[in-house]
Amino acid sequence: MTSVKINEALCKGCGLCANACPKNVLSLSKHNMNAKGYFVAEVVNPQHCIGCTFCAIMCPDCAITVSE
Amino acid sequence: MKTFTKTKMLTDAPMHYCPGCTHGIVHRLVAESIEELGLQEKCIGIAPVGCAVFAYDYFNCDMQEAAHGRAPAVATGIKRCLPDRLVFVYQGDGDLASIGMAETVHAAARGENITIIFINNSIYGMTGGQMAPTTLIGQKATTCQKGRDPSVNGYPIRVCELLATLDAPYYIERVATHDVKHVLAAKRAIKKALQFQAEGRGYSFVEVLVSCPTNWHMAPVDALRFMGEECTKTFPLGVYRDKSEGKI
Repeated sequence: MTSVKINEALCKGCGLCANACPKNVLSLSKHNMNAKGYFVAEVVNPQHCIGCTFCAIMCPDCAITVSE
Repeated sequence: MKTFTKTKMLTDAPMHYCPGCTHGIVHRLVAESIEELGLQEKCIGIAPVGCAVFAYDYFNCDMQEAAHGRAPAVATGIKRCLPDRLVFVYQGDGDLASIGMAETVHAAARGENITIIFINNSIYGMTGGQMAPTTLIGQKATTCQKGRDPSVNGYPIRVCELLATLDAPYYIERVATHDVKHVLAAKRAIKKALQFQAEGRGYSFVEVLVSCPTNWHMAPVDALRFMGEECTKTFPLGVYRDKSEGKI
């Protein structure tokens, strides 16, 4: 089982991770805002994650860690 | 199953780039390539003027800031004094293709043993979206508000094709960052370019197309689509020179 962790302090809510995810594991939050004022990405369907790391590859801010 | 953690070649400083700007992806690719080649201790980077001016805060190696456009000249000096170091230059399109065109072309013509990472977002980002030498025909910028008109503003400069007319460069490739496939291809190109330098083969140049959601006035995902559909028409991806495979 892989887990995707998002460093919310670094996230700028650009949504490239959610766009790259083939399994709709990630989505932009509508409520959770970080200190910079961005609505951050969040893991909504962790059980669907296949560990492809596409989200981390597309994240411009290195805010995503994928681990087993 | 693959896992992904941030490379140690990048510092923990939060990047200042706008949301969705793929500069951060290219930073990571360069950093990962250097780490995988095991050359972190021998690496010296040259930061440009432009959006990436704070690159020296993000790369966890020795960095030198250069005057606007003069990064290849600074890299030439460093490489000639310290030939055992890995010297990479990170430049944007305004820096490399406009004010620094002379240094760029002459460093390539001399075949200096350095690696240039050229970030092409077809606009001036930091100064607020003015027309760059690489702005596409019809693309809007603050200094060509109805879109770039060739009769007034001229045509975009294709730097890879331009440098490929010279004899000295060893490796020239253009890559993009609009989806995972192309990001992985970009990493292969950057790693290859750094590897060639480490082997002492000569001038290597990688042009990376990146998006500028802020100044293109698009959402980040739409900007990636624009890059994939429009920028790659004006700037075709591919290898323009690879002497290791006999492509001259």
